[in-house]
Amino acid sequence: MEVCGGHTTSIHKFGIPSLLPDNIKLLSGPGCPVCVTSRYFIDDALECSRTENIILTTLGDLIRVPGTETSLYKEKSKGRDIRIVYSVLDALQIAKDNKDKKIVFPGIGFETTAPLSAAAILQAKETGLDNFYILSAHKIMPPVMKALITEGVKINGYICPGHVSVITGTEIYKSIVEDYKLGCVVSGFEALDILQSIYMLVNQIEKNQPALENQYTRAVKKKGNKKALAMMNRVFETSDDWWRGIGTIPGSGLSLKSEFKSFDARQIFNPVERTESEEEKGCICGKILKGFKTPADCPLFSHLCTPVNPVGACMVSGEGSCATWYKYKREAV
Amino acid sequence: MSSNIITLDHGSGGKLTMDLIKMFTSNFRKNNSIEMTDSAVFNSELGITAFTTDSYVVNPIYFPGGDIGKLAVCGTVNDLAVSGAIPKYLSCAFILEEGLSIDELESIVKSMSKTADSAGVSIITGDTKVVEKGACDRMFINTAGVGFLQKKHKLIGSGANVKPGDKILINGNIGDHGLAVLSIRNSFTNDIKSDCAPLNNLIKNCLAVNDSIHFMRDATRGGLAAVLTELSEKVNFGISINEKNIPLAESTRGLCEFLGFDPLHLANEGKVIIVAGDGWKEILKTMESHPLGKESRVIGTIVDRYPGRVVLETEIGGSRIIDIPAGMQLPRIC
Repeated sequence: MEVCGGHTTSIHKFGIPSLLPDNIKLLSGPGCPVCVTSRYFIDDALECSRTENIILTTLGDLIRVPGTETSLYKEKSKGRDIRIVYSVLDALQIAKDNKDKKIVFPGIGFETTAPLSAAAILQAKETGLDNFYILSAHKIMPPVMKALITEGVKINGYICPGHVSVITGTEIYKSIVEDYKLGCVVSGFEALDILQSIYMLVNQIEKNQPALENQYTRAVKKKGNKKALAMMNRVFETSDDWWRGIGTIPGSGLSLKSEFKSFDARQIFNPVERTESEEEKGCICGKILKGFKTPADCPLFSHLCTPVNPVGACMVSGEGSCATWYKYKREAV
Repeated sequence: MSSNIITLDHGSGGKLTMDLIKMFTSNFRKNNSIEMTDSAVFNSELGITAFTTDSYVVNPIYFPGGDIGKLAVCGTVNDLAVSGAIPKYLSCAFILEEGLSIDELESIVKSMSKTADSAGVSIITGDTKVVEKGACDRMFINTAGVGFLQKKHKLIGSGANVKPGDKILINGNIGDHGLAVLSIRNSFTNDIKSDCAPLNNLIKNCLAVNDSIHFMRDATRGGLAAVLTELSEKVNFGISINEKNIPLAESTRGLCEFLGFDPLHLANEGKVIIVAGDGWKEILKTMESHPLGKESRVIGTIVDRYPGRVVLETEIGGSRIIDIPAGMQLPRIC
């Protein structure tokens, strides 16, 4: 199982499944940040955007995700000031250029993007910027990887996320190997990286020696990026968090520490507490994210649920399992 | 239609644009004998005529490799040329925002004039409207164009003669225009330049060399992927594309990987896809001998397998489908 949207895209972009023997099956786990983010998070962001004098800045993928009733994209079309940015630092610049406005940035993603949000907050604090806020739905990887095993997902090894590992280092997966006897190989994103990672996992499985290995040595170090980790740990603390299709996982989310609460959109704009509910009827995104099902098993896939009209979150992001299947392998070719 | 309001996706050249076109044609189309491709092709008192129009709203109006004026001439000239026509006359209509500098307008007009001269077309009529500040983004330009075809080229726009075994050719690197505009809009520093160019002279040379051209289309919004998927659906044959033969500049490939874009979906403004039968080798040679076709390649073949589908053989020998983009490409999150 790969747990990185970038890997899911690469795997299908390179046509890797069409080259594998029948007894090697790749499953896409909960590695796409948009797919695992609660639709109520979109409602929260929309609620922020309705406050007077707000500019809501967002990374591209999030803009099409449906909330309960509408999406940021539709609200933008109706004239709300919602801007696509390429990095949270662009949002910070917008805050510097628009001192009379309040700038909210919905922070999603794993250890890859959380340090950037942290850096923006630290920079805002340092420069005395008081009109910049983060709505955090940042999450971390190891708890969900363990939760899937505990739930009984039948996999023989993890292709571990390359970008997350650049930040965290490889040690975060150690307890998965030790406690669950499951092989973990940190992989790069080129075709040969992924093929080599599959080969390394197959070797481990054949020898019955699950291990933590690093295929992506040109980018990933054992201890990761210490500076980025320090910033992340300075600004965020772990909290229980809701994963779309999976449920609440203890210690899997990142919330702003109380020291930084003046930058916390949730504290300032106070979106209401919401109780999470079931997915749309017929949508099996949860089972797909857990690896129990593939998009082809879903009765809505490619008929009622398409990239133009996504029902489940896995169809929204370009890196979601369903969108990737739709784009690259809708039918066996 | 998926939503009751227009979003930017409706202008992306993907599926939502197609939905809009269906709505327009169901209301406007009274004469089914007029072939509708990038240009309308029809018999008129002047002979077989091609007629097209296009509006240009690019932001910013200057970008590496071109400007909105050059684009407005090239786009319309190319739409005519890929229908098999010799482009002759263009109109141009300006919508100008209050506050625009006249020097800037004149520099765009000069650029249009220069491009029209190089393409051998005349801009012979036009219109000007000025709107209040904020009602448009500096300037929008509409051009319409007329050209004339030889009878034997009448079916080129429709692809009616396309058959299995035909080769698919392209005249160079894909994706440069889309990334050049995106780069300047976001202050990315790189050497990527728009490929914006009039293709009518290259196409005229190819049409003169033999009669093997069965289809042509310029790959603009929606990119190479949109042209190929539309063609495969229209002619109901499969298309097999070989990824390693698709010309792509290293800088474009790198930026695409960084942003999570698919170069097959990126806009071009100077790329023609030609489907040719037995005489394809001479066509390729003719393309290569033109300054705009030095990097020309055969990228694939029309096949009778998987009708209506485009299948890409990847660089490592795997296979996957190529699909029309749903809407705008958005940068990925991580």
